[in-house]
Amino acid sequence: MIWKEDVECLPICELKQLQGDRLAKLVKYVYSNCKVYKDRFDQLGIIPESIKQIDDIGRLPFTTKLDMRDHYPYGLFSAPRNALNEIHVSSGTTGNPTLVGYTKEDLALWSDVMARTICCAGGHPDDIIQIAYGYGLFTGGLGFHYGALEMGLTIIPTSSGQTRRQIKIMQDFQPRILCCTPSYALHMAEEIAALGLDPRKSSWEIGIFGAEPWSEPMRQEIESKLGIIATDVYGLSEIIGPGVAQECQYKDGLHIYSDVFYPEIIDPDTGKPVEEGQDGELVITTLTKKGIPLIRYRTRDIVSINHEKCRCGRTSPRISKIKGRTDDMIIIRGINVFPSQIEHVLLGIDGVEPHYQIVIDRGASHLDQIDILVEMSPEIFSDEIKQLESLQKKIKQEIMAVLSVSANVKLVEPNTIARSEGKAKRVIDKREI
Amino acid sequence: MAKQINIFIENRPGRLESITGILSENNINIRAFTIQDRGDFGLIKLIVDKPQQAHLILADRGLACALKDVLAISIPDKPGNLHRLTKILSQQNVNIVDTYGFVLEPGSKGVCCLEIQTDDDRFSRLQDLLAEEGFEILEDQQLYEL
Repeated sequence: MIWKEDVECLPICELKQLQGDRLAKLVKYVYSNCKVYKDRFDQLGIIPESIKQIDDIGRLPFTTKLDMRDHYPYGLFSAPRNALNEIHVSSGTTGNPTLVGYTKEDLALWSDVMARTICCAGGHPDDIIQIAYGYGLFTGGLGFHYGALEMGLTIIPTSSGQTRRQIKIMQDFQPRILCCTPSYALHMAEEIAALGLDPRKSSWEIGIFGAEPWSEPMRQEIESKLGIIATDVYGLSEIIGPGVAQECQYKDGLHIYSDVFYPEIIDPDTGKPVEEGQDGELVITTLTKKGIPLIRYRTRDIVSINHEKCRCGRTSPRISKIKGRTDDMIIIRGINVFPSQIEHVLLGIDGVEPHYQIVIDRGASHLDQIDILVEMSPEIFSDEIKQLESLQKKIKQEIMAVLSVSANVKLVEPNTIARSEGKAKRVIDKREI
Repeated sequence: MAKQINIFIENRPGRLESITGILSENNINIRAFTIQDRGDFGLIKLIVDKPQQAHLILADRGLACALKDVLAISIPDKPGNLHRLTKILSQQNVNIVDTYGFVLEPGSKGVCCLEIQTDDDRFSRLQDLLAEEGFEILEDQQLYEL
């Protein structure tokens, strides 16, 4: 079924009209409610009334993650703090975290796009849904929760972790839909097999997997191991959280809800649009958000787009799976990590910058593992094993505190981390994604 | 006090060989060694005939290493003697951080190297007690020229 058939299947010309009307309204709204945008428009000589149709969007300036950091906490908001019903925080690149906030209307929007998402994946209001994304400041758990609530599903809010318990709950309540990261789905398949059970006999029939990049071979592996249909969901907290785009049963691109999240694909260097079907950076404008609407937000995700109507009947364009990043962000178990954050932690320890390397791999458990190799240097070397161990522990704890990611810290000998032209290769990603 | 060289080393094949190689090239004689292992890494502790020189060479080759004072005590190689030593330490409430021993002349003489946690006062009292009990604290040259 299609949750909002009237907008999701809207004829292209009417969709463009709707997007244009919404953009015109949005520009006026941010101009009169957000000083950062007002100043920027004034500087560029943009008169809000001159933005009338969707094709005028190219005249507007981009918004970046740096803007969110620079105007932390509320500078980029268009609604006052007391109009916000909920806020979510994720760790930023360095220094300030990224704050997003939702007004009541925004929460209704989130519920709506998440209901569209669950429907798009094949969900039905009669279904039981197991939500194994983390609940809390991370948007994954609550986003799915709101969508399932909107649709009227029976929700099992297991949140992430406690795998044995997740399996027991699946056996006892027979949910048809599983939501988690794709690597966690594989991990659960292994655990089910380890219990002497057949993962193919699990009650799950549909998986909605996201929050980390994954490949077609990984999809096939999940589908064959768990005997389910594995679909991809895309989102980012700056835009709304999960619920920006979702695959339908044809799994031929992710439908992006362009009536509310207007997508553009640009050349990251020139900022100009690329040809249809070419790879480029995804830029999104939140056409109807009230709390923190963003104009032409640079997601840094590289995708291609297809505007053809889908066999499922939806006219919303489809983006490809994420093909890469324009920055050095890495995603570990659904959490965004920038190498600069790790560098920042290391710099804070005894004030020296050691040579380090980040190695990411998926071990036998299928879960992302992060090793941080820290080179011994005369500054941090201690001739006592106890102090070396406490250094190791301290780095691990600091990284946990800053990134909420558990890392293995490995102390290595001096000059063992390869340096290319004097600069070490900081990140080695061995995951096949 | 005697000097010991502590070297940071990763726990993987060939690492010890690279260190013995450097020492061998430079004609440095190893009197005793031990390894404190912590899984991925460890510390190699060496007593050599030319500690200062060996330290410089190893540091020059990019190894993380340090020269450290250790208490090297000569012990007669007879039953009960190590116990006499540990008893003194225990009575003085001195904690041992790391220790290792080796026999120099079977049936006659052994050496116990000790890294201990203590303050200066207690250390000088300990030295006196050890001397009273007939233990000899070996100085640099005595140890290296054994």
